[in-house]
Amino acid sequence: MTPRSAKIVMTLYLLFLMIPIYWLVNMSLKTNAEITGTFSLFPQNLTFRNYQVILTDPSWYMGYVNSIIFVVMNTVISIAVALPAAYAFSRYNFIGDKHLFFWLLTNRMSPPAVFALPFFQLYSSIGLFDTHIAVALAHCLFNVPLAVWILEGFMRGVPKEIDETAYIDGYSFPRFFVKIFMPLIASGIGVAAFFCFMFSWVELLLSRTLTSVNAKPIAATMTRTVSASGMDWGVLAAAGVLTIVPGALVIWFVRNYIAKGFALGRV
Amino acid sequence: MQKIQNNKAWFLVLPVLALVAFSAVIPLMTVVNYAFNDTFGNNEFFWAGLEWFDEMIHSSRLHGALGRQILFSAIVLAIEVPLGIFVALNMPKKGFWSSLVLVVMALPLLIPFNVVGTIWQIFGRVDIGLLGHTLEALGLDYNYVNDPIDAWATVIVMDVWHWTSLVALLCYAGLQSIPQAYYQAARIDQASRWAVFRYIELPKMKGVLLIAVLLRFMDSFMIYTEPFVLTGGGPGNATTFLSIDLVKMAVGQFDLGPAAAFSLMYFLVILLVSWVFYTVMTSMDKAEAAQ
Repeated sequence: MTPRSAKIVMTLYLLFLMIPIYWLVNMSLKTNAEITGTFSLFPQNLTFRNYQVILTDPSWYMGYVNSIIFVVMNTVISIAVALPAAYAFSRYNFIGDKHLFFWLLTNRMSPPAVFALPFFQLYSSIGLFDTHIAVALAHCLFNVPLAVWILEGFMRGVPKEIDETAYIDGYSFPRFFVKIFMPLIASGIGVAAFFCFMFSWVELLLSRTLTSVNAKPIAATMTRTVSASGMDWGVLAAAGVLTIVPGALVIWFVRNYIAKGFALGRV
Repeated sequence: MQKIQNNKAWFLVLPVLALVAFSAVIPLMTVVNYAFNDTFGNNEFFWAGLEWFDEMIHSSRLHGALGRQILFSAIVLAIEVPLGIFVALNMPKKGFWSSLVLVVMALPLLIPFNVVGTIWQIFGRVDIGLLGHTLEALGLDYNYVNDPIDAWATVIVMDVWHWTSLVALLCYAGLQSIPQAYYQAARIDQASRWAVFRYIELPKMKGVLLIAVLLRFMDSFMIYTEPFVLTGGGPGNATTFLSIDLVKMAVGQFDLGPAAAFSLMYFLVILLVSWVFYTVMTSMDKAEAAQ
């Protein structure tokens, strides 16, 4: 294949990726009358009303707040427990280590649909239903194994001599870990945190099952744009655009790790 | 790296163990409980043995969902893998363009699953969507809400849109690891483009490609949110895949026993695939270490 035709196919592929997103942005800037009435590639009467609706109505913007709260909680918990575990996996052999690692991975791969109902009953029975922490804990099911795997990969790259030198210099384990080791794998922590954030952010099934009002995520709020006056397409589109923004912003910073992260991240 | 034998490392793993056990083992035991018992609420259970498994194995509804699921995964893999390889081979290798292309390609991967569904729901509608409108203007009778074939086509195109970039990014990462000297040697030998691909690029991509195929298989096998938002499993049952059927059964109809038996079988299939995946990954690591 000649370079030119390859370039054309590449361009077509990138257009294929961008056009549906463009259409969403386009719709979010139109009035509902324009969306259903006329068909146009650009907004004729540019309006920010749809965004205004979302940013002024608590039942809408609280969805974003709820999502961000449980996503951040989940990221912090996942990284906090995964750090020591990843260190153990990267430095030591211990009884059952391979089996434990495999067991962790199976949780990353299990269908959330299997866990939806038992989670609902478990968290209801301990009184955590419809709280942020319930969703954060539920998402640990797939984010903790992911964080362990990513961090383990980064930690393996740090020579063991560093640990040994630190011990000879009289560092205790916790002090060595926080003062010396964590700065060395800072980029790894960043990448793991990013992927925990993302996978918790995009997940809908569990977060919807475990919440009703107080901790309802934006993704679940979006499924209820059907009102008495018909479908509010403009607001739905605007809400969709706003859910894409965080990912689009952060992605630039981790672009060099994207492939690696997704290789492990979808496991 | 040579690892030290030290069983005290278990203490470092304990927090993870406790947390994941809480969110995996307890719920799984609940599922097992429902799978072997019959219940009428009030925490009263009656032993049902293998009744639910028997019912599920012979349920035509499950067979239908399984058939559709396998067909869907097969089609999606057949499109995404070759397309992903092709895109990876043609991505710019360095500079600003490379970064930009990476970001654009990764964008669909980072959109919440239900928003992916919403995007295509809007995009495909005949009255307000660009795709639906264009197809209708071309004289095609397209309606993904009523026509099973159109619904299938839309779900598949949506999945290609959503996940091809994953295959491409993985292959791209694999290609990056090929030393320039290989290409120079090929040029001296006057190797054709196909020969370069077949004897240099493909063998070097084998590892990541295998990961990509397994990931895509597992993910497409568990797909729930996107088709649920787009078609709701319809028209009729046309796009009801395993997960959609399971949630319908468990949460919608509250048929806990059959749903639990279904869950366990579903879980075992995934476990088997996971095991293959893990074996492949670890043997690859070993081969790499041996080099």
